[in-house]
Amino acid sequence: MRLHYPSNIKIVKIPCTGKVDLIHLLRAMEKGADGVYVVGCLEGACQFISGNISARKRVEQAQEILESIGIGGERIQMYNLSSSEAPLFAQVATEMTEKIKEMGPNPIRLAMKKKAA
Amino acid sequence: MNTKTHSKLEKILASGNLAVTSECGPPRGTDPEAITKKAELIKDHVDAINITDNQTSVTRLCSLAACIHLKLMGIEPTLQMVVRDRNRIALQSDILGAASFGINNILCLSGDHQQFGDCPQGQNVFDIDSMQLIQTVRLMRDEGKFLGGDEIKQPPQMFVGAAANPFADPFEIRVPRLAKKIAAGVEFIQSQCIYNLDKFELWMKQARDRGLINKVYIMAGVTPFKSAGMAKYMKNRVPGMDVPDEVVKRLSGVPKERQPDEGINICVESIQRLKECEGVRGFHIMAIEWEEKVPEIVERSGLYPRPELDK
Amino acid sequence: MIVAEKKPIEEIAEEVKEFNKILITGCNECVTVCEAGGKKEVAVLASTLRMYFMNQGKDLTIDEITLERQCDHEYLEEIRNVIDQYDAVISLACGVGVQFTAEKYLRTPVFPGVNTCFMGVSEERGVWSERCQGCGQCMLGKTAGICPISRCAKRLLNGPCGGSTQGKCEISKDLDCAWQLIIDRLDELGRMGDYEEIIPIKDWSTERAGGPRKVVREDVKI
Repeated sequence: MRLHYPSNIKIVKIPCTGKVDLIHLLRAMEKGADGVYVVGCLEGACQFISGNISARKRVEQAQEILESIGIGGERIQMYNLSSSEAPLFAQVATEMTEKIKEMGPNPIRLAMKKKAA
Repeated sequence: MNTKTHSKLEKILASGNLAVTSECGPPRGTDPEAITKKAELIKDHVDAINITDNQTSVTRLCSLAACIHLKLMGIEPTLQMVVRDRNRIALQSDILGAASFGINNILCLSGDHQQFGDCPQGQNVFDIDSMQLIQTVRLMRDEGKFLGGDEIKQPPQMFVGAAANPFADPFEIRVPRLAKKIAAGVEFIQSQCIYNLDKFELWMKQARDRGLINKVYIMAGVTPFKSAGMAKYMKNRVPGMDVPDEVVKRLSGVPKERQPDEGINICVESIQRLKECEGVRGFHIMAIEWEEKVPEIVERSGLYPRPELDK
Repeated sequence: MIVAEKKPIEEIAEEVKEFNKILITGCNECVTVCEAGGKKEVAVLASTLRMYFMNQGKDLTIDEITLERQCDHEYLEEIRNVIDQYDAVISLACGVGVQFTAEKYLRTPVFPGVNTCFMGVSEERGVWSERCQGCGQCMLGKTAGICPISRCAKRLLNGPCGGSTQGKCEISKDLDCAWQLIIDRLDELGRMGDYEEIIPIKDWSTERAGGPRKVVREDVKI
């Protein structure tokens, strides 16, 4: 549809959000990502029944962990939409980017930069 | 029936008279007057006074010491002993200690879980349960032996009691449980306080049908309500308590200042009705923090004066 | 199985904050089943701790390994060649594994990453409950397969007490009264007569009270 969405987003394609494990979310942050968002099918419409439900639980676990260590739980979010809702996808992408911009860079990334210097 | 001990309570029960006992809670401090004053108020209206044992798991002056204070006043105490806080060594030891002061009555109990009290983080013991404690006291008395098998020099002569709660769940085993306690050797029972008289009478009927009432002295427990609030609290918040709606309604239907009197009325009426219940051999009046009302309850129930029996 | 729970991250971080090279060891058995200390949990803890310390400006190395068990010599031996590289080990095994690791590797401090709770069952995903206290003299045949020692809050052998209310224990509405369960089961089995037998005083000497225990099978020892 050639809609615009922010270019700072790196997309990782997976067959179902149920494939995303807690460690994937954490590793992304550990390597310096400023935020991660998981986009899955609408609840009740998962092709693999409840993959998106498991994903949501793991997103919540990740949020709790990141919050508890001072990185910021809000950097990880989950959104549910159907694959035909392209405008919503673009909107979500923008929303997520705004949110992360507001929160500032991942402190881990800054620490890594400092170390390299 | 013949008596096996010097217990005044046992003598009165054996004589066929209705026995009357009451209860005092020891203080959360070291002043014995807190007990002795209460005992003074009621001593002529009861045959024996129970002293609770760290009731509701709240740390208090120990039952044994309080019983000794009563004994020194010439009053007959009943030592309540829970198995929550002491192992079999300490239990046997305290029984010897009590007997050495001539304390003749013991009530064997499980004890409320420590979660309810002031030390919820504490350990609990439960080395033996209340049923096994009954067996232990009988072993010490009748065979003169410790649990370990050794002989006891001058065995304790205690009249053994236990509690029964016809209102706890499941109801179907409450009479088999009574039978079990009798098989373990219990000689008298004090019931949980009764508000649902129908249920109590049903329990008594089942006990009679099993032939149990000739094997144990059953004393009906009663507690006067001070207020409708107290009735509601006990109905909703105290495990194993059965307070029928009619009772709460009756109290609520009376203005606040008159509720204590109504509570006493209900109590006296219960006693009068239970006197007619075959197998009830006495009454255990629990009026914690309201001991001054015990004489009135006893008198209005036609249980005064207490029988004087030759020693 | 042995059920354990993850320790809070702050507690673990506090224990190891002075070290620079840490090995986190997981266990593939009980703690994996109760999702407290298996391979996944090791990875998550490692990642979390790295981020935690990086955020504080501390540079450290955290490695991960998950052993089959930590209560058998053979499996713990697997780290013998590498352990001296590390200042400290965080073991996510149950208390047994933590101790066995410490016994084997005297020069390396070992810290627990989980709180070991009880021997129990998986009721459903995410819910584990206690069933056994290891009293050393199993009497389940007498109580219709339900243990009064582990499931009765007062470990009464001749229960229930007067606090049993509608099938629940007096200490919590969420806790079944063990004796209600026993009675119901005896009833279903047509064995209510068993209820009236007085269960005698227990010999606790085979339990913790008798001191730390050992089982020796002479017929099996080489």
